[in-house]
Amino acid sequence: MNLSSTNVHRPGTIRSSAGPRSTRPKAPAVRARKLVPFAFVSPTLALITLLTVVPILMVAGYSFMDNVIVEPNPVFVGFANYVKVLSDPTFLTALGNTFVFITLSTVVHLVLGLAFALLLNTPLLGNVTKAIFRVIYILPWLFTIAVIAIVWRLMLDPSGVVNYLLGTFGIQGADWLSTPETALGSVTFINIWSGYPFFMISLLAALQGVPTVLHEAARVDGAGWWQRFLYVTLPHIRPVIISMAVLDLIWTSQQFALIWMTTGGGPLNATEVVSTYTYKQAFSNFDFSTASAAAVIVLLLTMALAFFYVRQQKVRD
Amino acid sequence: MSRTRGRGRRILSAVGIASAAALAISGCSGSPSGGASAGGDVTLEFAQWWEPELPQGSLASLIDQFQKENPHIKVKLLSSPFSSDQQQMVADAASGQLPDVLGLDGAWVSDFAKQGAIADLSPLLKADNFSEDQLASEVKVNGKAYMIPAVNFVYPLFVNNDLLKQAGVDTVPSTRGEFLDAAKKISALGGNVKGWALPLDTAVPNGIQNDVMSWVWASGGSMLKDGEPDVTNAQVKSGVDYVKSLYDANVLAPGALTMKEQDKVEKFTNGQVGMVIDSLAHISLIKKNNPKLNFTIAAVPSEDGYTGKRGIPYASWGVGVSAKSEHKAEAAKLVEFLMSKDTNAQLSTLANGFPGNKTATPDFSKSDPLFKQAFDIYQAGYPANEFVGLPKSDQLQRTFDENLQKTLTGSQSVDQTLSTVQSAWKSIF
Repeated sequence: MNLSSTNVHRPGTIRSSAGPRSTRPKAPAVRARKLVPFAFVSPTLALITLLTVVPILMVAGYSFMDNVIVEPNPVFVGFANYVKVLSDPTFLTALGNTFVFITLSTVVHLVLGLAFALLLNTPLLGNVTKAIFRVIYILPWLFTIAVIAIVWRLMLDPSGVVNYLLGTFGIQGADWLSTPETALGSVTFINIWSGYPFFMISLLAALQGVPTVLHEAARVDGAGWWQRFLYVTLPHIRPVIISMAVLDLIWTSQQFALIWMTTGGGPLNATEVVSTYTYKQAFSNFDFSTASAAAVIVLLLTMALAFFYVRQQKVRD
Repeated sequence: MSRTRGRGRRILSAVGIASAAALAISGCSGSPSGGASAGGDVTLEFAQWWEPELPQGSLASLIDQFQKENPHIKVKLLSSPFSSDQQQMVADAASGQLPDVLGLDGAWVSDFAKQGAIADLSPLLKADNFSEDQLASEVKVNGKAYMIPAVNFVYPLFVNNDLLKQAGVDTVPSTRGEFLDAAKKISALGGNVKGWALPLDTAVPNGIQNDVMSWVWASGGSMLKDGEPDVTNAQVKSGVDYVKSLYDANVLAPGALTMKEQDKVEKFTNGQVGMVIDSLAHISLIKKNNPKLNFTIAAVPSEDGYTGKRGIPYASWGVGVSAKSEHKAEAAKLVEFLMSKDTNAQLSTLANGFPGNKTATPDFSKSDPLFKQAFDIYQAGYPANEFVGLPKSDQLQRTFDENLQKTLTGSQSVDQTLSTVQSAWKSIF
């Protein structure tokens, strides 16, 4: 029996080719056949339920209870934990810092990634030169966050390489990570350094997909480099740019390890972000209910970004 | 068709089995705490972070000795690094799955005790006629002993002899005045060298107990009164004023506000800092990383004119028993074994720490001479760490840390800092 050919060629007459005996198949067989697709997806559904849905529901439940986990008999307290979190000046500072951190990171990731991708896509350089620069540009992305944090802590140390180099040019260095005025900028810089290659690679792939004939036609019509970039290149890579930007906003908002290992949220909360705030509430203060409320707020904010991402993907499709 | 149906059933069965397996793997498969009994034997679980920090096989060898002495008790060692141990314990306590015997840090005790996760040790030890008089200390909450410090690691003053000599200072500072003077002279040497390092990173805010409150305890001061916060008293104010005077004199290694403990050790090891208050446990590390470093240790300087006993900060490897253990009597036997004179001396020697049993004497014959020197300092003073046994110890220190940073950067006076900390601590107690 060739089900696929039957379905494709004669829609609406699916059962006709199966012969008279199969026009009224036995009920158990039909039920079993209907269940097969569900059976195929059931392991995935089970895992998603166990590993994602259940933990999210548990955390959401915790956020309405009075100090769960450490209290043997927690009681329902409604939105009290949400009120506590949203009226905590440190959380509001963390929200502001997170906004600055993710916005700056994403914008500069995009600009740097696009600039390097354009450089690597230029016909002016030979293939060997391009390959060498590709390796150099992608290096930051190959390090793990722990290595990046240690390397930059050493480099930005008041007695480190950066201040030494600045000193050789007669510029006074700073305590980059331990001064409130420079700390957030410094961790954002480190995050930009470690993340731009992913943008670069993705945009380079998109650039290589732009048809050459369009550029040639535009050139014949008298368009300059900037006009070709604006009216030929950019429209072609716009979907990739938007997808990457939304994904980067989501990923950067979850950045924890880099900040924890470089500044720990200090000095004076200058680099406190929602992830470090939540961690401190949970594993330092053992206030799991407040941490859960903060986590749910972050989840809702991230879901808003995810919504834009999904909508953008649907538009593309 | 029947073949199709048969295949469908097989697929369904296979998928069902796969789902069940996935559920089983993903789901909880924990067993209740306390070992299974087989043939009258009892198996105890002993969770700790000590084994990875001791010479390989040494803790297992002590446990073998215990098992020989108590043939009906088997001990299963559950070892993990210190950094992950606390989180594991919190999760275990929440699910009522704490192992029978636990390695404890003093900072965890209050929260676990209030949670009802750990047992009062006194009745267990009394039932076995183990005298608590031989113990150097016990960590109590509401009058009940929940943890016994098995090995103590003190935090003396480490001094770089060469830098001190270059700075023209003949003797190791013993008072705050001498320390400030020495720190200024060392900082005046230039070339990125500073007199002292103060790690105030808020991710792990233990710089407050080790590097700030140590000045208060060294002069016999206290931050508590009748078990309640008392950080606005004259002794604490004097200590914080002193730390600020060091900061204002520009004798601190730069980057103090986000400096971590390991940065402090590195800077001392590299000769960038002349003096630090540090764990005795770091002697070997410093000597390994810079064998040429000429340094010594001394008691933390006290207020000028102070003649009383000096409190010396310490951290402990503590031991406790799960309140949910089904084998508390056997667990108490293991605690008694670890705290007995001979075993405790062996454990301390292996850990390069000081014994929790007052009658035990560690063997320094194969150790660095500095350990013997530190033991003399330890015996001349008294172990002081008032954060041990307090609720949410990390949070208390972080609150102090954040406010101290405001004082050091000039946005808040010392008095404002102490009164803010006092109110914040009161709300936690």
